[in-house]
Amino acid sequence: MVYLTRKAEFSASHFYHNPKLSPEENQRIFGKCNNPHGHGHNYTLEVTVAGEVDERSGFVMDLKKLKDLMNREVIDALDHRHLNKEVPEFRDKIPTTENLAIAIWNRLAGKLNGAKLHRVRLYETDDLFVDVYGEP
Amino acid sequence: MKAHLTRRYKFSASHRLHSPDFSPEENREMYGKCNNPYGHGHNYKVEVTVSGKPDLETGMVCNLADLDGFVNRVVMPKFEFSDLNELDTFRNLVPTTENLSRELFHLFRQEFRSAQVEKIRIEETMMNSFEYAGGWELGPAAVPQRAQG
Repeated sequence: MVYLTRKAEFSASHFYHNPKLSPEENQRIFGKCNNPHGHGHNYTLEVTVAGEVDERSGFVMDLKKLKDLMNREVIDALDHRHLNKEVPEFRDKIPTTENLAIAIWNRLAGKLNGAKLHRVRLYETDDLFVDVYGEP
Repeated sequence: MKAHLTRRYKFSASHRLHSPDFSPEENREMYGKCNNPYGHGHNYKVEVTVSGKPDLETGMVCNLADLDGFVNRVVMPKFEFSDLNELDTFRNLVPTTENLSRELFHLFRQEFRSAQVEKIRIEETMMNSFEYAGGWELGPAAVPQRAQG
């Protein structure tokens, strides 16, 4: 088994707010991230796929296909978007890094043509990242 | 779906690698420059990984304010600008970064209650790093589940 990782970057804005909680509770739990005008990040995404090396091509997966898939399913949908307002997954879910990494996993899973999606790693900043492996 | 959240911190500290189990010559041979009796220092980068399903109300595995608060209240006062050899933890333990990883893992496991701590990773320099997950092998699904409790 060989693991192959492709990196991509996108920028998006968001804020954290749960309408079921009071303004005070929201402020207490989410702090600065609760600012209703939102704020943004330069996210770095690393997608790792796993598979056996094809004898004829020498590939685990055609990197161009992986890049196209990531662009189509993730970057086009998220880059320069307001996650709360424009991305359907976050209509009723808070766009934390955890939930965003899970949403990206769900967007990619099952679309890899033979290779297995191993890990989605999403950096919100250099000092904060989330890994998702599709575990229930 | 389970998510593994990693937060990165840094602190600077000094240490000297020396074991009373060995003779001075053996210590010099084993630890080389790191055996210098005056010690030396590093800028340690510490990664703490916590895991779990994001809370339905907050979308978080762990509120970063809690994790940062714990680090600022408990970890930094002890380790930042410290001489590791002087800490109680290392009275009878050589302060290698292997041992530092284990000690930090146990400190988080014992005292940080807001999330399941899965792993500590420490970069001693840009060229070397150490990971400890409670003695379990590293891997996606295996570690966090077996390390429960």
